[in-house]
Amino acid sequence: MTDHLDTDTNAKTMTIIVTKGSLDWAYPPLILATTAAAMGVDVTLFFTFYGLEILKKKLDLQVTALGNAAMKMPMMGMHMTMPNIINMLPGVDAGATTMMKNLIKKKGVASIEDLREAAIESDVKIIACQMTLDLFEYKPSDLIDGVVLGGAATYMERALKSDINLFI
Amino acid sequence: MADKTLDAKGLNCPLPILRAKKTLKEVPAGGTLEILATDPGSVADFAAFCRTTGNELVESTSDGGVYRFVIKHVA
Repeated sequence: MTDHLDTDTNAKTMTIIVTKGSLDWAYPPLILATTAAAMGVDVTLFFTFYGLEILKKKLDLQVTALGNAAMKMPMMGMHMTMPNIINMLPGVDAGATTMMKNLIKKKGVASIEDLREAAIESDVKIIACQMTLDLFEYKPSDLIDGVVLGGAATYMERALKSDINLFI
Repeated sequence: MADKTLDAKGLNCPLPILRAKKTLKEVPAGGTLEILATDPGSVADFAAFCRTTGNELVESTSDGGVYRFVIKHVA
């Protein structure tokens, strides 16, 4: 396990704690991780709580419109915002997710699947929080291959030696 | 003439950089990679990418909404 997390000691390093599992919040950690890796940075991602959703073999990430007060979607040349009383209705998240996925495709933005694949290809180290697996009753086999299980101490060891540490 | 050309038109951040990094591996040291992109953010991004990785940005131009970068593979 330690071998798997060994790094080139000369490279700059970055860690990100990934705590969010909605479609929109999955982007920032994966974009930063893949880009940093492309720039020669040694990257470790620590997935905890809802962030674990991003590691599921079968991804089903949704946009959550409720309480997302600043969320505006382009529509018919304008930007549409919706009050919470509408956003709480069943089907709104599904609709917003479909809309977001269509925009992602239309604008040439990578899918989360592609970015995750790129992260693995570029040797980004992936740690899944063991405690969260226990808490939410997930099995390691629910997650993609190449994931290392660990806890706060595993993360801290890497964070202490790292040039950049982010929490998303 | 560059040794290799990457068409990254229509792709958005961070895909032009990720594809360029991947394609750069296929270019021999000292060789050049030409990248065509339509993402306006790629102008600043390729400059930063080259400064950070030690590769040389030989050219950065634009023509009719298409950005053209030439990177010399150094590192």
